[in-house]
Amino acid sequence: MELKTRTMLDRSFTAVGILAIVLMALSLVVLLQPIFVRGAGAFVFRGTIEYRELRLELFGRGDAAKVKAEAALAEEARGPVYEMMEAFEDELGEMEPALRRELRGEYREVKDLIGDLLGPRPGESRPALIRGQFGRTRWDRTQATLHHILYREEYDHSDQSRMGVKILKPRSEIFAGTALEPLFGRLEADIERIMRPRWTVYWRFLFDESYDAHFFGGIWPEMLGTFYLAFGAMLFAVPLGIITAVYLAEYAGESGFVSLLRTCISSLAGVPSIVFGLFGLAFFINTVGVSSGKSVLAGSMTLALLVLPTVIRASEEAVLAVPRTYKEAAMSLGAGKWHTIVSVILPAAMPGILTSIIISLGRAAGETAPIIFTAAVSVGRPIAFWQALGQPSPALPWNIYNLATEHEAVDEIRHVQYGMVLTLVVMVLLLNLTAIIVRARISKKLRG
Amino acid sequence: MGTAAEGRNEHGEGPVAISGEAQRPGHIRIGIEDFRDEPLSGRRPLILSRNFSVYYGTAAAVRDASFDIPEKLVTAVIGPSGCGKSTFLRAINRMNDLIPRCRVEGGLSLDGQDLYSPQVDVVALRKTVGMVFQKPNPFPKSIFDNVAYGPRIHGMSDRGRLAEIVEHSLKRAALWDEVKDRLGDNALGLSGGQQQRLCIARAIAVEPKVLLMDEPASALDPRSTARIEELIAELRGEYTIVIVTHNMQQAARVSDLTAFFYEGSLIEFGETKQIFTKPRERQTEDYITGRFG
Repeated sequence: MELKTRTMLDRSFTAVGILAIVLMALSLVVLLQPIFVRGAGAFVFRGTIEYRELRLELFGRGDAAKVKAEAALAEEARGPVYEMMEAFEDELGEMEPALRRELRGEYREVKDLIGDLLGPRPGESRPALIRGQFGRTRWDRTQATLHHILYREEYDHSDQSRMGVKILKPRSEIFAGTALEPLFGRLEADIERIMRPRWTVYWRFLFDESYDAHFFGGIWPEMLGTFYLAFGAMLFAVPLGIITAVYLAEYAGESGFVSLLRTCISSLAGVPSIVFGLFGLAFFINTVGVSSGKSVLAGSMTLALLVLPTVIRASEEAVLAVPRTYKEAAMSLGAGKWHTIVSVILPAAMPGILTSIIISLGRAAGETAPIIFTAAVSVGRPIAFWQALGQPSPALPWNIYNLATEHEAVDEIRHVQYGMVLTLVVMVLLLNLTAIIVRARISKKLRG
Repeated sequence: MGTAAEGRNEHGEGPVAISGEAQRPGHIRIGIEDFRDEPLSGRRPLILSRNFSVYYGTAAAVRDASFDIPEKLVTAVIGPSGCGKSTFLRAINRMNDLIPRCRVEGGLSLDGQDLYSPQVDVVALRKTVGMVFQKPNPFPKSIFDNVAYGPRIHGMSDRGRLAEIVEHSLKRAALWDEVKDRLGDNALGLSGGQQQRLCIARAIAVEPKVLLMDEPASALDPRSTARIEELIAELRGEYTIVIVTHNMQQAARVSDLTAFFYEGSLIEFGETKQIFTKPRERQTEDYITGRFG
């Protein structure tokens, strides 16, 4: 090959490599940017006066006198809104029946939305669910609700060949000429005085219990559950994995049975995680009966099975990568096989083994399918360490899925979902970072 | 008496009879003046090899080797690559056990004890027979832990006693002055020559009778090689040293006795001076004059 061609090939190869890396970096940014930006909304947001009242009542945090004073100011600003509603209710009674029938339904909708926005009026009976006891606590939700109050969504189906077209109809037009007409303009103009938004940092999102199906509070039960499940899985997977790896690398030899065993372990790594989940339910809970129903213990065992092939393969590689000369040196000094493994081979293989453990830890923390049937519940209180044996617990991956698919009012609490996603992603990233640092440190120590 | 077969004596008894008589004229000068002049006869034989063979599967790596290695001298084993010299060395501390399909025939004994009888405790044997390998292979541990490794696995846990052993062994291996201030440092941070001396210290720490050295200087630069050779000279008289080497000048410099292996067979065994100046066998002569190998 000519020098020119070779140079050209070299250059184009370098260019393709750089392009690939840039594309990967870009896709990573595209992926992580919304997670970080939207997830941050769970921790830093504009909280309304309702948020501060709730915080005072549920958690006892904040300056009670200040909140009371602020609430009084907000109440003052809300006064005209309530007055207009009362005036309209009086007016409604004197309307001609046809118009009254039409406007009564419309008004009921508006009244409910204003109830969502502002919460129950002082002195009104309080609903049982916490979500009904307060108005909108977050400024973004406040604006969304305000938009619903100001405009009615309608769909124009006149053109049959197309899907319905969404039309926003201002409610001030619907109520034109009534006592309610000025309410909408007033609400829009005064919304800041009515809700009093203020930038709030809620780092306790991580450590608060959740209330009313995640409407309020934090994600501590989920964090704790994830922690128990991931470390519990390691409790089973690590000893079993290392012993198996050492057996395969040092004792097993090369019989047909052993290669069959190796193939089985490799195939196990490719089994879909939902299958592990069903197996965990069928075996650990129904057959062995480690717990009467879902429990963190059963979930940990299932996750351990899931990560076991990874731990075994990586640890075996690490053990095989230890220079034979170490083994020879130990044996020439009179060390037996077991002694050689414990005192020389395992320490030298430690960086590889640790890396596999920490990466498996990240995997176990993030897996959803294996814990659906074995360990996770959608709502629960944080459980103590010893309760993990017999009790289920919420866990981040499962609750993210649950909020996204099954929660009855997910639109109102998207920030919680994103907050959970961010927390999980950061947890796994931190674990991997730890793996890198630990590995570098131990390798450095081993290299001298 | 001349050839190896003739040099045999009764199992474990009597002095080794080694003759320096030249049987063939035409001796070779290879420019080495530094032969030892003290008498070698009268030393007690320690390792006795009797028609000893090692097979890998069906191929014989060592065939019918018979000779006596005397106590507290340096015996060099030389020969071209693949002649079975390393295999023979590794038979002495049974490191060949690690190789599957390896089996032995004939007799090999140490201090009157048959090394391949079923009663032999391999761990105890390896405590008696230390080994230094071709490439320095310290553990990725501290210098102290490297030397203390052997005593520790044999049950020593007294910190003060261990420190004594480590100091003594490092001094014996002529490494103490270089490392005494950094015993806690990783052994892999030492230079190649220092690492090899550390391996010698590690082997000495379990107080063996025999030191096997498998081309201990072949991976080192000339200066480090010289230091290892000095060290071997110092250890002579205290340990029975068997050294495999490719380097004939080295064999001539450090050893009292030399065994020449060719294609698995022991061709000639005798005093180093005699082997290098008046070899009895044609093959020995060809090898040491560099006609092959």
